[in-house]
Amino acid sequence: MSQTRREMLLDPLVDNNPITLQVLGICSALAVTSSLKVALVMTLAVTLVTAFSSMFISVLRNQIPSSIRIIVQMVIIASLVILVDQVLKAYAFEISKTLSVFVGLIITNCIVMGRAEAFAMKNPPVASFIDGIGNGLGYGLILMLVGFFRELFGSGSLFGVTILETVNNGGWYVPNGMLLLPPSAFFIIGLLIWAFRTWKPEQVEEREHKIQVVEAH
Amino acid sequence: MSEQTKKGAIQRFLEASPDSTGKTLFVAVALCLCASMIVSAAAVALRPTQEANKLKDKQINILQVAGLYQPGVNVTEAFGASFEPHVLELATGRFAEDFDVATFDDRAAADDPATSIALEDDPASIGRQSKYMTVYLLKDDAGEIDKVILPLHGYGLWSTLYGFIAVEENGNDIFGLQFYSHAETPGLGAEVDNPRWKALWKGKQLTDESGELQITVAKTAPAAGKEFHVDALSGATLTSAGVDNLVRFWMGETGYAPFLANLKAGDI
Repeated sequence: MSQTRREMLLDPLVDNNPITLQVLGICSALAVTSSLKVALVMTLAVTLVTAFSSMFISVLRNQIPSSIRIIVQMVIIASLVILVDQVLKAYAFEISKTLSVFVGLIITNCIVMGRAEAFAMKNPPVASFIDGIGNGLGYGLILMLVGFFRELFGSGSLFGVTILETVNNGGWYVPNGMLLLPPSAFFIIGLLIWAFRTWKPEQVEEREHKIQVVEAH
Repeated sequence: MSEQTKKGAIQRFLEASPDSTGKTLFVAVALCLCASMIVSAAAVALRPTQEANKLKDKQINILQVAGLYQPGVNVTEAFGASFEPHVLELATGRFAEDFDVATFDDRAAADDPATSIALEDDPASIGRQSKYMTVYLLKDDAGEIDKVILPLHGYGLWSTLYGFIAVEENGNDIFGLQFYSHAETPGLGAEVDNPRWKALWKGKQLTDESGELQITVAKTAPAAGKEFHVDALSGATLTSAGVDNLVRFWMGETGYAPFLANLKAGDI
């Protein structure tokens, strides 16, 4: 095994983060980060789904016919997502109301499919499970960072606890409404990618296109 | 002996190339069967809890709109002690006794041609309106009606807003308005949930002395007077217009007006 378990778990947090380096799962990162509580539940849901789907796919990896492997992966992922959705509806009703459609969209989250295809199809179950947890947490780390800025400056609170008293409730803070809208997450994720790549210059990709200097005739 | 051949068969099957037609079919069918069994088992096992959650959420909203909700209170008990649900026939403003209120479902009734009408004039953009709605009577200790809680819904900017309005026993004074389900823009239209805005509804009146429906959500007070005016949400013109439309629709002749007239006459 080229990687130790520890590396498998911690690598996706910063060095190989699914959002900032692989740039996967952006769609849901825009949608669920307007409050930290929702972002946290989404993190847990994606982590569980990635881990268990990777594990099951890895258990079956030698039996999955290559012609239908994507569909087999989808069926396993979709079943797990429905399970998560049902459990949320039963035990975390308030949160499931805000997450509603996005839990269903975990099925199409590129991170889950990406790990299934790139890792679980080639590695044993335990390693796949840990890899799934690691990538889920890497996704969650970015979600929480984005959610922190969006909730603090968008609604003046963290985890629903008021930090900056907003004008609407008789305080002084004028909330930045744009931060509550999904596009603001683009800016924050962009800035995060910039920060990560300044911190770890080896993450900077080679330029695909270079501006050629042509000598004047 | 037979055990050994069986084991041999499984062994052979597992070792067979996964790409053969037989195995592809087998994996597809077996996987679908397993997955569907797990999913349906979970759905069936968790349904009672989910239904209970939905009901509780609705009851919390009814308690809130009636100003009776305190965090930590036993919702089912508080609800059962105070509220009396009835199925109301909108056209006559009388309770329809041939429906069982425990099983009657407003939204299902709105989809059923037998119990609903397609709206021609449809300011609230709801398409079909149920002829019957579940309403809740809040009675005081003496058994007299204190408030009535009426469900209403209609389209805002992005979504249908579902909510309740609480009207005092005189059939004209609003006690509160609250939406329990909507998907309006956070920070703008979703301010319909802001307690400060909801508080504006308290004490407003539906109709003037001649019985004309006057309540409105608008930027400026109408000629009829301030007691009929709820200030529109700033930055949420279309959501405000939607709330205005749906409140006026449900409080009008096609909505609860016959019932409120009966209530006003003390004839319930």
